[in-house]
Amino acid sequence: MGDTPRVTFALTEEQEMLRQTTRQFLADRVSPTVVRDLMETETGFDAALWQSGAELGWHSLAIPEEYGGAGYTFAELSVVLEEMGRALFPGPFLSTVVMAANAILIGGSDSQKKELLPGIAMGESVMTMALFEGSHGAVTDDIRMTAAQDGGDWVLDGVKKNVLFGHVAGTIVTAARTPNGLSLFLVPADAGGLSAEHVPTLDAIRKQATVTFAGVRLGPEALLGSEGTAGDVIDQVLRLASVALSLEQVGGAQWCLETSVEHGQTRFQFGRAIGSFQAIKHRLADMLVSVEHAKSTAYHAARIVDDATEMLVAAPLAKSVCSEAYLGAASDTIQILGGTGFTWEHDTHLYFKRAKSTSLMFGGVRHQRRLLAEALGL
Amino acid sequence: MTDTIAADKAEALVTGKLDELLSGYDPSMEPQEFWGRQYDLGLAWVQYPEGFGGLGVSPKYQSIVQRRIEAAGAPTWNRQINLLGIGMGAGVISAHGTAEQMHKWLRPMFTTEDMWCQLFSEPGAGSDLANLSAKAVRDGDEWIVNGQKVWTTLAHIAKWGMLPVRTDPDVPKHKGITYFIVDMEADGVDVRPLYQITGEAEFNEVFFDDVRIPDEYRLDDVGAGWRVSMTTLMNERVAIGSRSLPRGSGSIKDAIRAWREYGHDDPALRDELTRLWAEWEALRLTVERANQMRKAGIPGPEGSTGKLAWADLNKAITAFSVELMGWDGTLYPGGYELHRPTEFEDAGSPQRNFLRARANSIEGGTSEIMRNILGERVLGLPGEPRVDKDLPWKEVPRG
Ligand SMILES: Cc1cc2nc3c(=O)[nH]c(=O)nc-3n(C[C@H](O)[C@H](O)[C@H](O)COP(=O)(O)OP(=O)(O)OC[C@H]3O[C@@H](n4cnc5c(N)ncnc54)[C@H](O)[C@@H]3O)c2cc1C
Repeated sequence: MGDTPRVTFALTEEQEMLRQTTRQFLADRVSPTVVRDLMETETGFDAALWQSGAELGWHSLAIPEEYGGAGYTFAELSVVLEEMGRALFPGPFLSTVVMAANAILIGGSDSQKKELLPGIAMGESVMTMALFEGSHGAVTDDIRMTAAQDGGDWVLDGVKKNVLFGHVAGTIVTAARTPNGLSLFLVPADAGGLSAEHVPTLDAIRKQATVTFAGVRLGPEALLGSEGTAGDVIDQVLRLASVALSLEQVGGAQWCLETSVEHGQTRFQFGRAIGSFQAIKHRLADMLVSVEHAKSTAYHAARIVDDATEMLVAAPLAKSVCSEAYLGAASDTIQILGGTGFTWEHDTHLYFKRAKSTSLMFGGVRHQRRLLAEALGL
Repeated sequence: MTDTIAADKAEALVTGKLDELLSGYDPSMEPQEFWGRQYDLGLAWVQYPEGFGGLGVSPKYQSIVQRRIEAAGAPTWNRQINLLGIGMGAGVISAHGTAEQMHKWLRPMFTTEDMWCQLFSEPGAGSDLANLSAKAVRDGDEWIVNGQKVWTTLAHIAKWGMLPVRTDPDVPKHKGITYFIVDMEADGVDVRPLYQITGEAEFNEVFFDDVRIPDEYRLDDVGAGWRVSMTTLMNERVAIGSRSLPRGSGSIKDAIRAWREYGHDDPALRDELTRLWAEWEALRLTVERANQMRKAGIPGPEGSTGKLAWADLNKAITAFSVELMGWDGTLYPGGYELHRPTEFEDAGSPQRNFLRARANSIEGGTSEIMRNILGERVLGLPGEPRVDKDLPWKEVPRG
């Protein structure tokens, strides 16, 4: 590995504005009550909220202008992702705007990009990617689903698990093996033979489905880009998704830190604020350190997504550091809040469940370290 | 020599009673009926006096009772069902109660006919239990109680509650507390569910509005409530931290199952699993050693480390089991259905156990408090400054 690329961490004025308007919008429109109400539904999706986000420009930020986007970079998108993590923003944003959009951008033909990306940028499309089939890692080698050619058509057979908002998406980008290798397909939700069943999740805000493809017949245009090239596209998408999650994790961990500090200042036991006990004070100081480290790795990764070599290091670094920081912060928040932290009523458990499940998504901490070791040649 | 003979006699007594109990056992019998007989034969807690579920012999014989009953396939789960009663209430009543009180409460507790709850925590008094503000005022032969308790496990099905309250606000906080047993069905007791991280309402808020408690339900002297509470907490920590378990059981079993089911072979994961297994086994052996020492009357520090170590380890192991499940760990089989369990819900999916384990370092005294106790009482380190120790309770700052 050569020198680390030097990135500018400070936000531009424009990015700072984006952060403020995003935080304000989320505070006004996505209160914990709204999040919990959506959590109780099976779809976890609110079309009006989705549209309002798109109107603020969230969906179009990192899509190039030629495809109907605003032509900014992942760095701008990352500002929004962090705020979403802080507010536990409900809905298929990660699966649509980060995953499907980038799969199309990286792997699609020019005409597919022209056809599909404007819909995402405008907030008209809800998409997801159906990749895994119950493997415990997040590696493309484990993908078994097949796509067979029949006349000019493709016929897909297989079952995909853990599909984010798979029962909500209008289009599912899925991965299957053809005689020429791993390939991606665009499948409309109403295709015959396709069924998506919601499955209950640990983090009940981020919905998942099991998607079954039973002889799903699609025209030749369903193939995304060219046959046999999906492995690399998926790897790139997973790295971006890992970085996106790292930013969400930073936002969530920051919420935990602030919530715990406030509790430490206001909760009295033994005639003292509990933050005056070293056991609590030291825990909070350690939390601060780990959240700061999480920020550094996530912000760094968000700024170098175009540097393919550095991404091999930066993405798993961010995902492993941020996962541990968030899970640690959320765990400690429960502990510091005592009985209150264990209740359904207090929001901490929502963050805790989010922290655990995001640490497992796209490969757990140990998987990320394995990727890191490979990148470092260890 | 006399000791040996006494021991022989004691063992013969216990074995004889066991033969009697088990020869009359029939699998179609209701568990409550079996527990009633076990109590009447003095095999509920052998160290208690005859007539109170015991035989007045050394508690070490209880393990024979336990083993024989298990081997016969007879029911033993009353301790789990009524953990707060049998695990804590019995100890406190036998240590601080009168003979009449023992008669009244022990048998139906042991048979699980009467469930028990522990009304200690309040919104303003968690770790700082002595700061409690629910109060009782004497009115002739009765006391009138007002105030609120919180986090009361199983209060919604309990018949009796262990209730320390403030009876004198003008003395320092440890001195003005009196301990009562309260009838949870009495007028003015209002139990409301509190749902927890798993969606269950195992615990509750309890409100007391002019609840009348007869003076016969007071345990020990007026003003002695702190001492009585301490007995309860000691029993609680022992009940939590001293369960004897077979090797490889409990949460480590889930982890090993996930390891196999998911076909892992990564050396880093294997090392972590082995480390956790070794820690679990070390803890298990420490608990075993502590139990033997306690029965031999030699209490040592190994007795009080159990709860602390178990809390941390159970949290770590349950988290690791879910990690071994990969993406499947992000699922929650069955979903979160808000409900009120009618007994302790001890096990479930690894994900549910992972969530439930978060409470291990909070319930029954937080791990921070446990560390303070180990540091100060076991290791003899100086205490932290106590700003409120000598102040009259009503002058202590709170928030
Ligand atoms: C599942 C569950 C079941 C329960 N069941 C019961 C029950 O049946 N009956 C009952 O009475 N109670 C019950 N409890 C309550 C439990 O005993 C309290 O939650 C616990 O004692 C902590 O009190 P608290 O929640 O008020 O936290 P606090 O006391 O406010 O503590 C907050 C934080 O400050 C820390 N802290 C406090 N004081 C110190 C100190 N001196 N030094 C260092 N750190 C400190 C704590 O460790 C904690 O991290 C239950 C709790 C749970 C979670």
